[in-house]
Amino acid sequence: MADATPIKDPKERYRAGVLKYAKMGYWEGDYEPKPTDLLAVFRVTPQEGVDWIEAAAAVAGESSTATWTVVWTDRLTAAENYRGKAYKIEAVPGRDDQFFAYIAYDIELFEPGSIANLTASIIGNVFGFKPVKSLRLEDMYFPPAYVKTFDGPPTGIIVERERLDKFGRPLLGATIKPKLGLSGKNYGRVVYEALKGGLDFTKDDENINSQSFQHWRDRFLYCMEGVNKAQASSGEVKGHYLNITAGTMEDMYERAEFAKELGSNIVMIDLVIGWTAITSMSKWASRNDMLLHMHRAGHSTYTRQKDHGVSFRVICKWLRLAGVDHLHAGTVVGKLEGDKNSVLGYYDILRESYNAANPEHGLFFEQDWVGLRKVMPVASGGIHAGQMHQLLDLFGDDVVLQFGGGTIGHPEGIAAGATANRVALETMVQARNEGRDILLEGPRILADAAKWCQPLRAALDTWGEVTFDYASTDTLDTVPTPTSI
Amino acid sequence: MRITQGAFSFLPDLTDDQIRKQLDYCLNNGWAVAIEHTDDPHPRNTYWDMWGAPMFDLVDPAGIMTELADCREANPQSYIRINAFDSTHGVETVALSFIVGRPSVEPGFRLDRTETSGRTQRYSLVSYAVDKSPAGERYGAGA
Repeated sequence: MADATPIKDPKERYRAGVLKYAKMGYWEGDYEPKPTDLLAVFRVTPQEGVDWIEAAAAVAGESSTATWTVVWTDRLTAAENYRGKAYKIEAVPGRDDQFFAYIAYDIELFEPGSIANLTASIIGNVFGFKPVKSLRLEDMYFPPAYVKTFDGPPTGIIVERERLDKFGRPLLGATIKPKLGLSGKNYGRVVYEALKGGLDFTKDDENINSQSFQHWRDRFLYCMEGVNKAQASSGEVKGHYLNITAGTMEDMYERAEFAKELGSNIVMIDLVIGWTAITSMSKWASRNDMLLHMHRAGHSTYTRQKDHGVSFRVICKWLRLAGVDHLHAGTVVGKLEGDKNSVLGYYDILRESYNAANPEHGLFFEQDWVGLRKVMPVASGGIHAGQMHQLLDLFGDDVVLQFGGGTIGHPEGIAAGATANRVALETMVQARNEGRDILLEGPRILADAAKWCQPLRAALDTWGEVTFDYASTDTLDTVPTPTSI
Repeated sequence: MRITQGAFSFLPDLTDDQIRKQLDYCLNNGWAVAIEHTDDPHPRNTYWDMWGAPMFDLVDPAGIMTELADCREANPQSYIRINAFDSTHGVETVALSFIVGRPSVEPGFRLDRTETSGRTQRYSLVSYAVDKSPAGERYGAGA
């Protein structure tokens, strides 16, 4: 291992030329993070021949103050404060080419309330840095002083339930399909049928905005017609996530205002609009009594491969800070990527007041959310009524279960599909509360309800056996136990 | 129509034995249980009438079942619900709510539309029963 001792003598340290990052002071093996420091852990795959400590120091340097050469202007600053400090490395279990690098950052490096500023540092230049072959941000810790600079979710789980008057069970939703091509009038029909049949929410998909086949105002008008008719026929609060994602902020505000004017209780944005736009819409939602649903469109481009990118657990933390009320966080049993314990870790981040460090769920650090409101996770993609016992066992009550195909594809129609899901849910919650072992007895409990509920019987006949049993790409390396189910 | 507020409205009406099991679950979780009733089931009618204060620190659902029987007797044609309240820090809201009594006939809601500018409409839900009669006389005799 190369000598990683920082150079203390200023003449030596600031002589013009190139120095190892460790020598410049970006490695401090004996550093004790301060209570106000932000912490990050990266999975580093260095180029062959690059010393691990030097690679860790380089990541710390490039994500904070460093450039490739020594600059004397550092001496006009309290440079030691502003340097990111790599303070620990650990080999990745089962890999001889990768290690975890722990880095501490002084809180003063970051502008209050700005995920844009945070990410410009932490995942800025550093991810293209040549001496590392690949780099992944695995987890972050935020001190309370930093967390308190954010408003967080505009509504949060608790107030969402109070507004919707729905307690003690997961919420039910469905995404309208086909997601592209329907006219506004036909689209609203699906909304009405699904809500009338028993769902709490329906949802626009990520890429329905304002296209030639459907202007956004048409969608909003017809969807709200469906929502209101379903409220009248059920006596329940219902909602449709109106996607206000657009090409400019001005357009998004216009769409949000129209949703409010029509009496919608929820609007939706896509992750691809960017951190500043997300935070702006969060503040708008807070000012206008609106739930804010986040579709994580695009995340898999950087979250799925475990050698490079940003773990979804970090995205969950950033989104809780930036402030969304709903976030798609995985199903485990459905069609989309999601290792079980990793997904449970995302749910912990979104729903708990305090996260203990929990390697089994991929949580490297503890995190005190100091009262920041909680995000309702959404489980969506390839799930159906026949999995209700597994879903309830995995996720408990605070989740939106979204059955898109599993509602709209029902052989007896959309409303019947919705009723099947609602009956499956209520009967399973009832059984769980009665103390029955739903994982063991789940199929029996569903079959019993299907005796008096024909739509549920048809759903079980159609999808009862469908599973998506593939190995996950993004599995945990923090514990040596297999975690896929 | 059947109003489907609450956690179990898509199931057949719960029997007293089934209600008792749900109350056991609530008490085992340390939740306080309250009984509420109304003859205005509009989904935005947040404040139903309380049948006494929430019952704290109970271990046996028998006392709640007695209160429920009394509430039903006094309000045979009202909506009655059980709310279980979780005072855990960070929750501090209702943890389970379900309907345990409803009128024999539920006429439901009319959807009123007010046409405004362009194609925009303002919607409001009007309960047929509430529209027809004052409180206490909405769902037939003994309401």
